[in-house]
Amino acid sequence: MGKIKGSIVVNTDRCKGCSLCVVACPKDVIALSDKHVNVNGYPYAVAVRPDDCIGCASCGIVCPDGCISVYKKRMED
Amino acid sequence: MKEDIIAPENLVYEKPSLMNDTPMHYCPGCSHGVVHKLVAEVIEEMGMQDKAVGVSPVGCSVFAYRYIDIDWSEAAHGRAPAVATGIKRCWPDRLVFTYQGDGDLACIGTAETIHALNRGENITIIFINNAIYGMTGGQMAPTTLLGQKTVTCPYGRTPELHGYPLKMTEIAATLQGTCYVTRQSVDTVAAIRSAKKAIRKAFEASMQGKGSSLVEITSTCNSGWKLSPVKANEWLREKMFEFYPKGDLKNTIDE
Repeated sequence: MGKIKGSIVVNTDRCKGCSLCVVACPKDVIALSDKHVNVNGYPYAVAVRPDDCIGCASCGIVCPDGCISVYKKRMED
Repeated sequence: MKEDIIAPENLVYEKPSLMNDTPMHYCPGCSHGVVHKLVAEVIEEMGMQDKAVGVSPVGCSVFAYRYIDIDWSEAAHGRAPAVATGIKRCWPDRLVFTYQGDGDLACIGTAETIHALNRGENITIIFINNAIYGMTGGQMAPTTLLGQKTVTCPYGRTPELHGYPLKMTEIAATLQGTCYVTRQSVDTVAAIRSAKKAIRKAFEASMQGKGSSLVEITSTCNSGWKLSPVKANEWLREKMFEFYPKGDLKNTIDE
């Protein structure tokens, strides 16, 4: 059986850094950027442990601004 | 390997296509954004893009019409259910809903809300209850909890001075015209899924002519509550659910 892998794409300029996705992620994949801010001056969500992502879409569902797109694929090994 | 996963056929979640790219004016972490997404998703899934008419209120969500690409009408403060009544009666094949906050629905618009629900107009009212006046800077609302501190009751709400919090949803459940009255929240993934189902059920009931529906969403106002978005969700679970318990209060759709 292949392993399910996920990946997220964050619309960083739309992100307001509320960190609701950071809390919602069951695998602690997401954190707020610590050195960079977006055009509006907000720290934004970054996948800091992208290999742990399972594509559950929790982050996308809780995001109030709809910044996160979630992809999921079954990897054949 | 990441490039393999990010492909259109592997997409499992994205911003609903009815929600446009206009940056939302809401504070970071505001529940309004989540509810906007749910409304857009439900309308999209029902295939009602061309037949949905929303009525936006006065309050934080006054600009709701900027973000979801359907027809909208802006109502005077509190009068959204009256405007929605007119639209639905002229255009019975349209999906008509109002989107109102607690200052709009439970304070200045109490009369319109109760009468529209009691007449059994085939509309859905989405009621965002965050227990505070968010837009004007965090004043006490009719729905503010006892003991809750706001800028106009800095020592906490007391019944002797400020009266008791108003449970509009409980009142709506006693009215004969309503077919579906429920209280939901959007603080967790499970709660968001449940809220989406409730909105869909209410929209479908309004299209089937079963009466009016009220979907209350207990929400956070982290700016008004002076908490971080994450802490605001915790406060919501700790304090709000005690006084505003979640669940269906009335459901005559399935009978």
